[in-house]
Amino acid sequence: MINKEQTLLMNQSKKGRKAINLPSIGVPETSLPDSKFLRKDIELPEVAQLDLIRYFTNLSSLNYSIDTNFYPLGSCTMKYNPKINEQISAIKGFASSHPNQSDENIQGNLEIMYDLQNELGEITGLPAVSLAPLAGAQGEYAGLLIAREYHNHNNQKNRNIALIPDSAHGTNPASASMAGLDAVTIKTTNEGDIDLEDLKNKVNENVCVLMLTLPSTLGLFEPNILEITKIIHDNGGLVYADGANLNALLGITKFGELGIDICHSNLHKTFSTPHGGGGPGSGPVMVAKFLEKYLPYPHIKKDGGKFIQYKPEFSVGRLNGFYGSFGILVRAYAYIRSLGAEGLREISENAIINANYIQERLKEHYELTSSRRCMHETVLSASKQKEDGVKAIDIAKKLLDEGFHAPTMYFPLIVEEALMIEPTESESKETIDKFITAMIKISELSKTNPDEITNAPLNLPVERLDEAQAARNPVLAWEKK
Amino acid sequence: MKNSPYIPSTDLDQKEMLQTIGAKTFKDLLNDVPKKMLFPALELKEALSEQELVEFFELMANNNFASKSISSFMGGGAYNHYIPSTVKSMIQRGEFLTSYTPYQPEASQGTLQVGFEFQSMIAQLFDMEVCNAGMYDGPTALAEAALMACRIKRNNTVVIHSSIPEKSLEVIKAYSKWQDIELINYDDMSNDESSEYGCLLVQSPNQYGEIEDVEKLADEIHSKNGLIVQHTYPISLGLLKPPGQLSVDIATAEGQPLGVPVSFGGPFIGLLTCKKEYIRQLPGRIIGQTVDKNNKVSYALTLQTREQHIRRESATSNICTSTQLIGLMVAVYLATMGPNGIKSVAETSYHRAHYFASELDKIDDFKLVSKNFFNEFVIETKIDVSKINKVLLKNNIEGGIDISDKDSNKIMFAVTELNSPEIIRKTIDILGEKID
Amino acid sequence: MSEIPKNLKYSKDHEWVEISENIATVGITLHAAESLGDIVYVDVNSLDKNLSQFDKFGEIESVKAVSDLYVPISGKVIEINEALLNNPEFVNEDCYDKGWIIKLEINDTKDLEELLNSEEYQKII
Repeated sequence: MINKEQTLLMNQSKKGRKAINLPSIGVPETSLPDSKFLRKDIELPEVAQLDLIRYFTNLSSLNYSIDTNFYPLGSCTMKYNPKINEQISAIKGFASSHPNQSDENIQGNLEIMYDLQNELGEITGLPAVSLAPLAGAQGEYAGLLIAREYHNHNNQKNRNIALIPDSAHGTNPASASMAGLDAVTIKTTNEGDIDLEDLKNKVNENVCVLMLTLPSTLGLFEPNILEITKIIHDNGGLVYADGANLNALLGITKFGELGIDICHSNLHKTFSTPHGGGGPGSGPVMVAKFLEKYLPYPHIKKDGGKFIQYKPEFSVGRLNGFYGSFGILVRAYAYIRSLGAEGLREISENAIINANYIQERLKEHYELTSSRRCMHETVLSASKQKEDGVKAIDIAKKLLDEGFHAPTMYFPLIVEEALMIEPTESESKETIDKFITAMIKISELSKTNPDEITNAPLNLPVERLDEAQAARNPVLAWEKK
Repeated sequence: MKNSPYIPSTDLDQKEMLQTIGAKTFKDLLNDVPKKMLFPALELKEALSEQELVEFFELMANNNFASKSISSFMGGGAYNHYIPSTVKSMIQRGEFLTSYTPYQPEASQGTLQVGFEFQSMIAQLFDMEVCNAGMYDGPTALAEAALMACRIKRNNTVVIHSSIPEKSLEVIKAYSKWQDIELINYDDMSNDESSEYGCLLVQSPNQYGEIEDVEKLADEIHSKNGLIVQHTYPISLGLLKPPGQLSVDIATAEGQPLGVPVSFGGPFIGLLTCKKEYIRQLPGRIIGQTVDKNNKVSYALTLQTREQHIRRESATSNICTSTQLIGLMVAVYLATMGPNGIKSVAETSYHRAHYFASELDKIDDFKLVSKNFFNEFVIETKIDVSKINKVLLKNNIEGGIDISDKDSNKIMFAVTELNSPEIIRKTIDILGEKID
Repeated sequence: MSEIPKNLKYSKDHEWVEISENIATVGITLHAAESLGDIVYVDVNSLDKNLSQFDKFGEIESVKAVSDLYVPISGKVIEINEALLNNPEFVNEDCYDKGWIIKLEINDTKDLEELLNSEEYQKII
């Protein structure tokens, strides 16, 4: 095997090398600021252009990615990221458009944002939309700010509780905490549905909001959704839906019609914008009409024939420097426009069929958390394999060896040895079948030769890492030898 | 007939899969969804073919002045700098573009090592000990730094220096509103020796481009037991003393000027650096160096117990992105520039800005009010700022930002290496003519 | 099965305590250490503080989990195992000896009635 170790740039650096020629100053020079403000030297790598390109290109080859591998990472919706979206977002009129320019000179941008607001509002049934949040977590935070401001405005400052199911993503309680809300945990049943009795016991006049994920983090549609939203509304609270799993619902049902008041959507999941190795994301927040006046600013509206930005009357404020992740918004809008209503519905249809197909074919080999039909993802448990000494993490690592990215592991927390598989609509039946074959093979192997699984991965650039050392003695930047 | 090139399943594939599942139709899989709410009408705009998509978006882009701009003097938090070919080519690699957060380090060494390079180079540029893998953008990085300082000092009073721009202040307000944090102006800070504060936030170069005496402010807030947080413009660090040499505890910046297009304000990347002793309160992702089973040097996400997926409501923040792809752009940019390149960009921006400013000052209707500035400065004028910008726009030049107040008309220009000497001279000529 | 020393008392939160005159030494049990995994960080912020039984005295972290630490007996925190702060792996290597976490000065031992002996502790894990 080729040695894939790549020496850090500072260790390759040699004085006198460079990767680019820059223009000279070209104007008469002025005196520099007082020396107490001036820097003496900077330590950065000096490398030639080819070595730099080779270094980063070789590094890229150490990654699994959607472009190279099946990536069935549950709750993350690793679907194909269309190339045309990249091309469109790089058009000069967008990429070099300055965010401090006045409205009349940015009509193209504002029109795209206005149209995307409308499309997302229609898709979710929550017509008032802010594109400002820079990621799902910021969308959650924006949604909670809106809920707080709404209650405040109605003289209900006392409402400081966020009800959050125990199956929720960690961002939900973390966002609640940033919004000054006390997170109160709601039990879920074994199948990940909200425990109605527990909900009824915990709902009271201090509840600000219920945060639920729909479909749930177990990939199931909450069958009591209408009753749940009614319980919360009868008590004066609002219902927030975490839209992380929206890929299951396009044209299938609308949050707004189910009694949900606020939701966010991760454009990097449902709407195909690239994950980029961990961002940039974008997390627009959608709300019912009666909450529109609380949206973050800048918000875009149409006034006569012109598009203008404005600050809603009781806006919760500004969440970032400018308008949000505009380059990501363009990609998402291009995706929506390339599909239309029928295309979007087919996205969810195929995502759901693919997930159920995997669930059905693997249910004899892995413990299923629910016998019900799943939506766009299925949660299996490696509890059977654990008896042979093979844990979820081992199965994940073995899958890497087989050329598949691992499913999400150990989430949701309520499922023992969880493996959460989300195939998305992007994968062909052939790819899915290969994945299923690999999963069955691993299950068989756990009985006959568990060591082969627990030693994995062996075919990747590195074997299992000493993560304890990384945390005990953190080395977080290059250090001079 | 399928409507999407993004779906490989044929009708036959679907049929076979449904058969295996034991469902007659797709609808049979949706028993949990309330019947009345199933398959709602979606009134969306019509679908476009790839070619039509390009035509449509080209049309939209042409409605922006930027499509015909030949040069820009606009700054105020987003700056036009040259983006090298190396950056543009590396960002297109699907292996970087379409990978996920590196939770499986064995299959993500590329992303992780790039992130480690990013942390290393930013730490070096700032001369700070520790840097995280990236925040959303500059203002949110500053807001999180303020919250972080309050946690470290267990003191919830944040002092805001007048160098901080209004937009950043608005973000800080939105981030701190429900956390019992008090924001006070620097001028209202007590001289009483016993008074203590959580932190002082200062921006240098400041919101009007001027260089602040950060070291002096650091001494002052340290004497009141608070931390100093400096927000800066990363290109300026090619010329100016970095935060690490100014007694700064936490330093933040908008990373966009380092190889990222202005792209109407995002996606950008927030830079967040600090002293090592504060690392447990640092929000966001951090990448660390370690070894694998065979003792081979490798990289992994580390100190994850600070984060939301483990500590949930007690996490340092709810953030769960590091804006990694933009971090890649920054890493490739800094590696391309090297120490001499970053110095050259900083000096060229500085000298061209000062030349432009002094030439404008010579024109009758313009008066330079900035003194000790880096590359952004303020001109006072009797002329209506919108008229100035209009004249420039006619020549396909993007003018400055209108910062007029009730006392006078003011315009703020930013100059970088992208404003060529010819454009600067042309702009001076245009503005030297009578404007009405 | 993990060995449970007979001479110690245990809390339901998986701390152990050893009494020697008016000094109580506290650590976490092998069961707790094993379920947390590789310990990477121990944080005690209660030195010189008077704590009541089951009050939080610090936190212990592994790579992917964090757990609060509670005193099994009332008393004043008089010493922290400094060696442990730099070598958190001691908890995994030897949680009942060099992996001890704090020492408390105690007034009496009546809190011990609330704790479990080794057999009772064995039953709950």
